[in-house]
Amino acid sequence: MIRLENVSVQFEQRRALADIDLTLGEKRIGIVGANGSGKSTFVRLLNGLQTATSGRVVVDEFDAAKDGRKLRRHVGFVFQNPDNQIVYPVVEEDIAFGLKPLKLPKDEVDRRIDDVLARYDLQDFKTHPSHLLSGGQKQLLAISGVLVMEPRYIVFDEPTTLLDLRNRNRVQRAIGELDQTVITVSHDLDLIADYDRVLAFEDGRVVLDGPPSEVLPKYREMMA
Amino acid sequence: MKTKDIVYVALFAALTAVLGLFPPITLPVTGVPVTAQSLGPMLAGAILGARRGGLSIVLFLVLVAVGLPLLSGGRGGFGVMIGVTGGFMFGWAISAFVIGLLIEKFWNRLNVLNAALSIAFGGIVVLYAIGNAWVAVVAEISYWQATVGAAPFLIGDAIKVAIATAACLAVRRAYPLISKAG
Amino acid sequence: MIAGLYIDGQSALHRAAAGAKILAMVALGTGVFLIPDWPVVGFVLATVLLLYPVSGLGPRIMWTQIKPILWLLVIFFAVQLWLNDWQAGMLVVTRIAAIVMFASLVTLTTKTSDLLASLERAMQPLRPIGVNPEKVSLAISMVLRFIPVISTVASEIRDAQRARGLDRSIVAMVVPLIIRTLKMADDVADAIDARSFD
Repeated sequence: MIRLENVSVQFEQRRALADIDLTLGEKRIGIVGANGSGKSTFVRLLNGLQTATSGRVVVDEFDAAKDGRKLRRHVGFVFQNPDNQIVYPVVEEDIAFGLKPLKLPKDEVDRRIDDVLARYDLQDFKTHPSHLLSGGQKQLLAISGVLVMEPRYIVFDEPTTLLDLRNRNRVQRAIGELDQTVITVSHDLDLIADYDRVLAFEDGRVVLDGPPSEVLPKYREMMA
Repeated sequence: MKTKDIVYVALFAALTAVLGLFPPITLPVTGVPVTAQSLGPMLAGAILGARRGGLSIVLFLVLVAVGLPLLSGGRGGFGVMIGVTGGFMFGWAISAFVIGLLIEKFWNRLNVLNAALSIAFGGIVVLYAIGNAWVAVVAEISYWQATVGAAPFLIGDAIKVAIATAACLAVRRAYPLISKAG
Repeated sequence: MIAGLYIDGQSALHRAAAGAKILAMVALGTGVFLIPDWPVVGFVLATVLLLYPVSGLGPRIMWTQIKPILWLLVIFFAVQLWLNDWQAGMLVVTRIAAIVMFASLVTLTTKTSDLLASLERAMQPLRPIGVNPEKVSLAISMVLRFIPVISTVASEIRDAQRARGLDRSIVAMVVPLIIRTLKMADDVADAIDARSFD
């Protein structure tokens, strides 16, 4: 359960989010909005990348203001550009990166890495240089790096924007198969068309909220 | 250091390595080769400031020392680090630090003149003071003789000071990374 | 990954501990400066050169090590000949050659990963003064990760500038390269934090 109580985020020049009150319990949540509408700021709040200027952000038993570190392990985050998310030069090293602070035994680390690579058909790339993967493989590697940490929630911030159609579909399928609660920010409305709930942001506020069948047509109209 | 600082340090170490991939330009008449790589320490100091800039060059040198061929021409290893030009290698780190220190000092009123002077002081005066001293010791010649020997390289360095100054001022406007303290 | 300069082998030098080889290098570097006679230094150099075939490294590899500084050695010899005598020239040349050849030998016979591991061990005692070995190895990995990314961005920018007829300006190349990669660095820092490194 994600709960936001009266949350505002103020940047130097402008207010990115204004008095957001929300409870999210659905398994698939889509977020839409124009650039600068506050949607990215909103999802960044969920794993503590952004701190609220006022109000409270609570995910399950973790309060973003108090349990920052735990929240980051609880809520994984996949970014738009996998190139900026892959930290290590070799595939397996990159996946292991998020596990380092956990100080797990080596065979447990190996097991988790092998599991996640098998899941995305990347076994053969285990010791490959990460920069030689294709765009779609890179995004799957980025997802793998988050999945090994076994979070309960995963935020996707425009995960398919930079991909071609085939890879977009691969990533969509990969997201669909996840057991975790998923929050996806997307300009690609088809990606979230079968979600449980969609929020539309404008000027730092939620202007539409409901099932995609209601929200998406109105949102298309709004953007026309 | 915050995560962001570590990433910046790594970025400028990598940038210095990539600058080494550009083929050297040979100056007309003198035949002295000019490599783009020594722009790295100038840019690191002028854009990241003393601490992060100096550390990024230290990091670059560590990778060269452990045997990665990151110096221009694909060179690396301990041989180049402690060989004849070793003083210039260590000098790079100090010059990045000094440039950063001066740029930080002038930050609020940085202009073409004081930026160029800061970069020239750190990137030429300080660098050659250390590099020439090293050459003088290993070659058993006087400091003055080492300085005369290094003089032809100054033309290339002057060009690099100009490039680094322009880059530092442009990046400062678009992406200021040094705080307004001092 | 970028390949190091290491050349695989089974010799005693290959198997020797990285730390021991570095200490030997420092000792040799200091030693040859304390010896004032060129024949003695020449003997040291000959020994170092002999270690190459003993370690399975051929004459071509030896030549690659000395070639970049050959012209400097010639100049230094000439300068000494002019200022002092040929013995002084020999001392300078054999000394530099001995240091460079031994240092290169250490590089050629020691894996980059072993050197990095001994570096990490050597850093442990520095923890109290604020050196964090985990952060250093993260930074090292990121440099290796960034080099191909920056090269790609650089060629993209070169194409874009060429399309605008700006391909002769180095500033027009360097400034967008820095700004774009700095933006990337901010995203990377976010991604690291999101995976709860700190």
